[in-house]
Amino acid sequence: MTDTAISAAPRRVSDNAALVAKRYRSERRFKLYGIAAIAVTAVFLVLLFADILVKGLPAFFEHRMMLPVSVSQEAIDPQNSKDPKIIRTGDFDGPIRESFRAMFPDVTSRGDRKKLLGLLSSGAADDFRAMVVNNPSLIGTDAKVPVLLSDDADQYLKGRQTGVAKIAGQGTITASADGEKFKLVTDKTPVLTAGDIVRLNGGAFRVVSADNGAYLAEQVTAPKSLDPANAGAWDIVRFTVTEHNRRIDDQEALWLEQLKEKGVAENGIAWRFFSSGDSREPELAGIRGALTGSILTLLVTLFLCLPIGVAAAIYLEEFAPKNRLTQLIEVNINNLAAVPSIVFGLLGLAMFLNFFGLPRSAPLVGGLVLALLVLPTIIIASRAALRAVPPSIKEAALGVGASHQQAIFHHVLPLAMPGIMTGTIIGMAHALGETAPLLMIGMVAFIVDIPGGFTDAATALPIQIYLWSDLPEIAFQSKTAGAIIVLLVFLFVMNAAAILLRKRFERRW
Amino acid sequence: MDTMIKTPVADSAPRIARERPLKIKARNVDVYYGEKHAINDLSIDIPDSAVSAFIGPSGCGKSTFLRSINRMNDTIPSCRVTGNIEIDGRDIYDRTLDVVQLRARIGMVFQKPNPFPKSIYENVAYGPRIHGFARNKTDLEEIVVTSLKKAGLFEEVKDRLDHSGTSLSGGQQQRLCIARAIAVNPEVILMDEPCSALDPIATARIEELIDELRQNFCIVIVTHSMQQAARVSQLTAFFHLGNLVEVGDTDDIFTAPKDKRTQDYITGRFG
Ligand SMILES: Nc1ncnc2c1ncn2[C@@H]1O[C@H](COP(=O)(O)OP(=O)(O)O)[C@@H](O)[C@H]1O
Ligand SMILES: [Mg+2]
Repeated sequence: MTDTAISAAPRRVSDNAALVAKRYRSERRFKLYGIAAIAVTAVFLVLLFADILVKGLPAFFEHRMMLPVSVSQEAIDPQNSKDPKIIRTGDFDGPIRESFRAMFPDVTSRGDRKKLLGLLSSGAADDFRAMVVNNPSLIGTDAKVPVLLSDDADQYLKGRQTGVAKIAGQGTITASADGEKFKLVTDKTPVLTAGDIVRLNGGAFRVVSADNGAYLAEQVTAPKSLDPANAGAWDIVRFTVTEHNRRIDDQEALWLEQLKEKGVAENGIAWRFFSSGDSREPELAGIRGALTGSILTLLVTLFLCLPIGVAAAIYLEEFAPKNRLTQLIEVNINNLAAVPSIVFGLLGLAMFLNFFGLPRSAPLVGGLVLALLVLPTIIIASRAALRAVPPSIKEAALGVGASHQQAIFHHVLPLAMPGIMTGTIIGMAHALGETAPLLMIGMVAFIVDIPGGFTDAATALPIQIYLWSDLPEIAFQSKTAGAIIVLLVFLFVMNAAAILLRKRFERRW
Repeated sequence: MDTMIKTPVADSAPRIARERPLKIKARNVDVYYGEKHAINDLSIDIPDSAVSAFIGPSGCGKSTFLRSINRMNDTIPSCRVTGNIEIDGRDIYDRTLDVVQLRARIGMVFQKPNPFPKSIYENVAYGPRIHGFARNKTDLEEIVVTSLKKAGLFEEVKDRLDHSGTSLSGGQQQRLCIARAIAVNPEVILMDEPCSALDPIATARIEELIDELRQNFCIVIVTHSMQQAARVSQLTAFFHLGNLVEVGDTDDIFTAPKDKRTQDYITGRFG
């Protein structure tokens, strides 16, 4: 250094207040950026979860009516054989329809009756059948039978078609015929608007125009008479969504309102969401088939990946000579982990289906493809876990005369196991959510049956979600969100297990 | 044959080496880590039933040579050993010799106590078990208890043999490691700075223990502390920059070192 530098006045750190202030400002600013970034992420996450929960939770419930149904001997088991095979072939549709129609004695025309029965699920009779087959002593008695409503009716009752308000009528109202239409006259201040339904004398009118206190209405259901109705004897039903914008029309809506008023429709847990496979009818569709497919697929993946992955990791980490070849292998394992999953799907299609001729849509093939996908993850995680075991443990074992393999299997591997399991669980969670490669090998199909083995046609949970999300019915959108909730629960549980494992066994030496 | 190799001449050999049978004989040993020449043409005679200490500034190759004696260096891929090391007249780098068997005959205690993260009992029992020493459970128990007793640890841990070895204090852990080493009944015990991670009281206990073990084992200890070398050893070897500078009876080395470098090191001029 030159003399000038030595002779310059000595500087003190605290001299420069501006510098300190600037440093603090910069630190504060950085903190703020961080908080803002986290806040934005949190908001999106909350929105996402709120949306999924609001849409998906109703999928775990279904509306059904407890109807008194006479389980007649003639219709079901005329010979009194008590044979389930014969009981199964009995007529279960008729009694349910009859019982349901009995609740609406005013509905007489053919068209209206058909429409009324349309509110029932096509699976209602199957539930009834199963109930009687399981309990033949019901035959010949009057049973309370839970009758499932159709998806649209269910959605209406869940309030997902339209909002509905009921306003008690004030004063007296009189309806009088006016050509095709009807004129409504009230003696109180006008309260009606176009689209309102006025229920009086057992009938219903839809208000079409409301000008200057003169209400013009059309008939929805015929009333018993056109006598004036006093306050309390009539009411107004007002929907927030107009009739042509929903799948339940005014008449059906009024029937459902009646069901509600009579207290026969109840909202119960839809166990069938977990216990049945896919269906064209949204109210009957469940995730059991997809879930079983996913589990079978993951079993194949796990049984392939864990032994192969751990063996590869142990070999590379502990036994392989460090040369060009092993370096190349290492680099390529890392590369493999970064390959887009659809490529594995294409590989699976070309190799497993076209070359080896394995069955399409089978969990076996799905598992093989996902194994290719997860293997690098498991190898990398296992190697990291093995490397994290202090070499002193291995040296200690070698020092008392253990062979290399004994040292690894007795001491290093057990200590690396939590890390390996963590990696495996995370890999499995990854595989559970994976969709693209399974699309390529034909696991995307409408499959009603629950797969019973590794070569049966199956889908997987994320693919079920994908399939349902494409369908127009609102009920299926709800099911989509419901299936997403199930998938997320599985993923959360798996990740939580991984975290717990890591926490529990972290650094035992 | 010995006369062909340059060795410490018999007459000038340390007294202790003349009194006791020869255990380890090293001739013209060179150790390389890749390009690095860590040990340079080293020859030494290590007597049985005595403690031999390796001293020297850090990085001079004490550990490297120690680890050549039980071939622990084999685990380092870049490491290469040439020359000749014999134990009881048998070349340990002979191709027909089984390394695992060799290591069972040569116990090792490391710088940092490294008990297995298993119970105290398991720590000691592991060696005898893999070598099939014990015919049954009581046999094994006896081996564990005697080993712990020899290591001076039994009284402290007899009520908690099922506790983890890692739950012990540093000094106890190191004595556990010694117990683990002597449980397989080795002929030689190598100790690489066994007290450097311990407090003075724990160190004193280990030193006492080493002194007791000397009766039955050939002990080689690497140490940073010259006082320790003076206290526990009968033979001292001074290493410097990969060379064995001087070997002699401990008393001689500390009172009348022949080499200038030894003198400088002992008097604290470098190290
Ligand atoms: N695994 C290794 N790879 C490369 N060089 C090493 C390795 N171990 C030790 N060395 C080198 O060998 C020399 C001797 O080391 P070491 O025997 O550990 O010294 P000491 O135990 O006497 O302090 C040092 O220069 C060290 O850097
Ligand atoms: Mg050392």
